[in-house]
Amino acid sequence: MARLNPLERWALTLLGTIGFFAIWHGLAVSALLPRNTLPSPGAVLATAWQLTVEPFAGHTLPQHLAASLGRFGMGFGLAALVGVPLGLAMGRWRLLDDIVSPVFEMLRFVAPLAWVPFAALWFGTGIGGPVMVIFAGAFPPCLINAYRGAKLVEPRIVEAAQVLGASGLRIMAEVLLPGSLPSIVAGLRVSAGLAWQSLIGAELIVASAGIGYVMVQAQSNLAPAIVMAGMLAVGVIGLTLDVALRRTEALVKARWGQA
Amino acid sequence: MKDIRFEGIGKAFPTRGGRDFVALADVSLTVAEREFVAVVGPSGSGKTTLMRMAAGLDHPTSGQVTVGGKRVTAPGPDRAVVFQQFALFPWKTVRENIAFGLRCQGAPRARQDEVVARYLKLMSMEGTEDRYPHQLSGGMQQRVAIARSYAIEPDVLLMDEPFGALDAQTRTVMQEELVRLTRREPRTTLFITHAVEEAVYLSDRVVVLARDPGRLREIVDVAAIRRSEGWDSMPIDAVMDLPSFTHLRTHVWRLLRDQIRPDD
Repeated sequence: MARLNPLERWALTLLGTIGFFAIWHGLAVSALLPRNTLPSPGAVLATAWQLTVEPFAGHTLPQHLAASLGRFGMGFGLAALVGVPLGLAMGRWRLLDDIVSPVFEMLRFVAPLAWVPFAALWFGTGIGGPVMVIFAGAFPPCLINAYRGAKLVEPRIVEAAQVLGASGLRIMAEVLLPGSLPSIVAGLRVSAGLAWQSLIGAELIVASAGIGYVMVQAQSNLAPAIVMAGMLAVGVIGLTLDVALRRTEALVKARWGQA
Repeated sequence: MKDIRFEGIGKAFPTRGGRDFVALADVSLTVAEREFVAVVGPSGSGKTTLMRMAAGLDHPTSGQVTVGGKRVTAPGPDRAVVFQQFALFPWKTVRENIAFGLRCQGAPRARQDEVVARYLKLMSMEGTEDRYPHQLSGGMQQRVAIARSYAIEPDVLLMDEPFGALDAQTRTVMQEELVRLTRREPRTTLFITHAVEEAVYLSDRVVVLARDPGRLREIVDVAAIRRSEGWDSMPIDAVMDLPSFTHLRTHVWRLLRDQIRPDD
């Protein structure tokens, strides 16, 4: 297939999006699904718009989103803060690798949702519990990519730092971290995506605000348009996050790739 | 200043067949304080392994290495290493690379700046302090690596084919500069190379290794002849034309030639 120019690619993107909404609308107005189970895109957008000014479950949509983004930031930030240094250290010190790897390799297959009941019991339904669920989703890619990155840093450069008298901590901060930055940033992008996905699970247990909380409440109130407005908001913010991180990743690669 | 002593060094690796592969067998060698010793040998004679042992990056399976009377167990800033592939920090500028070791020691900023400026001048690299390694030629990169090692004022310098990755002209310039630097600031130096001329030109003594297993073949004294003939005051090409030089070079070359196999 011939290479497409940017304009043609934009046209295709637009076509896909329009097609998606057209099929959705067609399904909603047809009699294929039971009445009141699939609101039309127009109804969802109208509901979403209404929710920005009219509170539902105590808050407006932007307020719920702000609460969710706060939790996301904490869970994701904590995962990066723990996962990246631990991954780098594991890539550097075999002993630590041998101790941590087996447990980590087992735990990472447990879906974040599975931690929900324990998160609530151990850390409560306030800040701790939901943050722990997000952390469970965000942690593995942070650790894995930092670990792989550290393993790929030229051994000579690490040795050079060693013979110049660098401590283990300095080697991590000034050699392994910059040396594996492209890999770490790629990991952070995956991690942010998973953290945002884990949010709905995390907010099953909150009782105040959050986009997941909105969706749970709307579900029990039989308000499908509000549930879908929530889904739409999750999708749009997720996409925005991903695009921003993709840009950052490209920037880091361009800057570091030449070095 | 410290000396380096290799005492009955052996290095063996277990192989899949069950028999050990002996990389080095019973090597004893002393590099005196402020002496420049070059080690030459065919590939597989363990010359790089010797250097890595003195650096504390590799460990003998028998015997011991001491530096200044202290047994080497780990890398330390009393022993600086210059690697063949430069091993500069690509994300640090020339200034940051040279100052790295001093920062590790907690030297104040003023002292770091002073040392960086001094070595940039010695290496005729003024004006490059804010560049990154990839913006420099190979010769310039190796100059930075050498400056980085000298900057921590190590008692011992260990160089592993530092000019091996450079083109012939740059190499000659660097050899001359190293001689200048060495005579000005002599340090106990162990210099690994496979280039015979380079070894004879730079060193006080040339250690020739043999292989299978890696062992000492002969130690050739150069210092006495260099002093009496006044090599240090001559340009490198003039030295290399002297009969005293070619005689030594041929001698070392013969010690190596009968060990070289067609597949090398």
